[in-house]
Amino acid sequence: MKFTTLMASAALALGLASGAMAQDKTKVGFVYVGPVGDGGWTYEHNKGRLAVEEEFGDKVETVFVESVPEGPDAERVMTQMALEGADLIFTTSFGYMDPTINVAKKFPNVKFEHATGYKTADNVSVYSARFYEGRAVQGHIAGNMTKSNIIGYIGSYPIPEVIRGINSAYVHAKKVNPDVEFKIVWAYTWFDPAKEADAAKVLIEQGADVILQHTDSTAPQAAAQEAGNVVTFGQASDMSEYAPFPRVSSIIDDWAPYYIARTQAVMDGTWESVNTWDGIREGMVGIGEISDAVPADVKEEALALKAAMAAGEYHPFTGPINKQDGSVWLAEGEVADDGTLAGMNFYVEGLEGDIPQ
Amino acid sequence: MIVLEKRPQPSKAWSYATPLVAVVATMVFGGLLFAILGKNPIEAIGTIFWEPLFGEFAFYYRPQLLVKGAPLVLIAIGLSLGFRAGIWNIGAEGQYIMGTIFGAGAGLAFYPMEAWFIFPIMIFAGAFGGWLWATIPAFLKVRFGTNEILVSLMLVYVAEQFLASVSLGLLKNPEGFGFPGSRNLQSYESAHNAELIAGSGMHWGVVAAFIAVIFSYVLLNRHMLGFHIRLTGEAPRAAKFAGVNPARLILFCLGLSGALAGLAGMFEVSGPSGVVSIDFNVGYGFTAIIVAFLGRLHPVGILLAGGLMALTYIGGEIAQSQLGLPAAAIQVFQGMLLFFLLAFDLLTNYRIRAARSEVA
Repeated sequence: MKFTTLMASAALALGLASGAMAQDKTKVGFVYVGPVGDGGWTYEHNKGRLAVEEEFGDKVETVFVESVPEGPDAERVMTQMALEGADLIFTTSFGYMDPTINVAKKFPNVKFEHATGYKTADNVSVYSARFYEGRAVQGHIAGNMTKSNIIGYIGSYPIPEVIRGINSAYVHAKKVNPDVEFKIVWAYTWFDPAKEADAAKVLIEQGADVILQHTDSTAPQAAAQEAGNVVTFGQASDMSEYAPFPRVSSIIDDWAPYYIARTQAVMDGTWESVNTWDGIREGMVGIGEISDAVPADVKEEALALKAAMAAGEYHPFTGPINKQDGSVWLAEGEVADDGTLAGMNFYVEGLEGDIPQ
Repeated sequence: MIVLEKRPQPSKAWSYATPLVAVVATMVFGGLLFAILGKNPIEAIGTIFWEPLFGEFAFYYRPQLLVKGAPLVLIAIGLSLGFRAGIWNIGAEGQYIMGTIFGAGAGLAFYPMEAWFIFPIMIFAGAFGGWLWATIPAFLKVRFGTNEILVSLMLVYVAEQFLASVSLGLLKNPEGFGFPGSRNLQSYESAHNAELIAGSGMHWGVVAAFIAVIFSYVLLNRHMLGFHIRLTGEAPRAAKFAGVNPARLILFCLGLSGALAGLAGMFEVSGPSGVVSIDFNVGYGFTAIIVAFLGRLHPVGILLAGGLMALTYIGGEIAQSQLGLPAAAIQVFQGMLLFFLLAFDLLTNYRIRAARSEVA
């Protein structure tokens, strides 16, 4: 017997055996790349999981495994969840893309949702958030707040999502402060407090008085607090323990509504493979409270910017914007298309340095 | 009062018993830890050790034990040869990475050609990559007397930078929409280290691990070189008189352990993993050090230790999702294993005695 059929029949046997129970309880699995206590990315996904439990109570059962390496280990964890009767599995990191597709092939009746990837299948959806909208607000505040005109940026990996964030923040910082300069450090990690703290210290030493981060820990916040006069923004979660200063605002990922909606769809039997990319308008990207450390007029402008994006009136990448090499990317009034944004691998004009290759 | 008294000869009985005692102690104290976390300790330990082997889904987990254990055993076998001779290669993780890059790189260089010779070339390239990376500390030690522990360890971080670089540049999938990571070797037939029998978990890396165990056993027990390795570790002065060339031994032991680590990386990337990515390495090279010691640096012991380690990984994941144990608790549990092993090792060389009270 082929392995696939063996698995399928085992899953079927299990489904029959526990059929009565399975019918009234929907089992939802979550695979996390970091520990739930990271205070950032995984923490927010776990909040989404708890929201699902809260919403459906006895009708759902959720399971999760944290700190799962991206590769064969992830594949095993997903298979294990599917074998144990999960109906819906959220795989919450880009590196889980191929493992998700592999496991989904073996379990056609289980629904999979992969965060931030691009490969879909009949039973695999992808979902991500337009974090760059939040970066626009950050850039606006950062450009106003910097006195040294040097803004430090802790990049995780040079992937399109992160590059979009850098570009968006830069475009909006430049708008309010033409002298602004970005210094970018690549940490090559999503979560490593020691590395992140080092990166923040290096940037502060180089004169940065605003630090933006695309990594998940609060270590940069702590480094800024120590330095005393450096502004930071919460990443992925609010990080409000560092408010009102150094943390003056934040980008919050809010997965709860999406997770609840998708779980509901599985319960109703209406689940379909979709490609979701939601932003401020849908509530997937939130802007954490802008603290009083930000001047009132700047705060007001920032909120207006947010409102314009929420209303769909403003797109952060609206021309004229040139690429780093000076060639025209977006003409006057032109708006970036999702395809280009999804695979963004270039800096906009004015940013220095190269994207690591 | 209790005193420790050095044994005139290391106790044979204890040297075999300590791994077992360590496992039992780990279960006891691990169980205590789980109980403090509010879980039923019997259930938790049972889940970790029983479920993967005899549970409902053992048909899936048993092959996975091979997949998870093979790289550990392959690397640990190489390390054990050096460790026996007092040559400390701590950087197997880096050699594993370089084997991955070389092996996958060699395969992808031929893409999309399909030919039977591609996979053998990849095997050779993977072993070469690991050998090359391990030969750097070996050469520096022989030539300049540097410390191989430090050099090999530091080279891990250099290798990680290489890995990030090729994932973003040289080996990046041109059809990957700008995302880092190579093409998936699983969908490139000539380069795919597929399961030999579907669903068995047996891929070429597992075969290589078993061969390495046998080869190492024969080498240590039936071959002059193996005798030299053991002699150098146990009595360096005697080894000198016996005509052992230390430089050659260093180059051999580090080179071989590097080549095996490189092979492990190559089999992993072409098989279970498929993709060269920035976070490809998950610590096999470091965990293999634990496996080598847990297996008493003996080939058969290492085979068993590799299986045990794989069991705690897989069982640990099951315990996480079924019982909601935090990942950190599983890691502490694994750490306890090495801790107790080293602690009870004391009994091999020392015995505990109640000291006679001094009579005035």
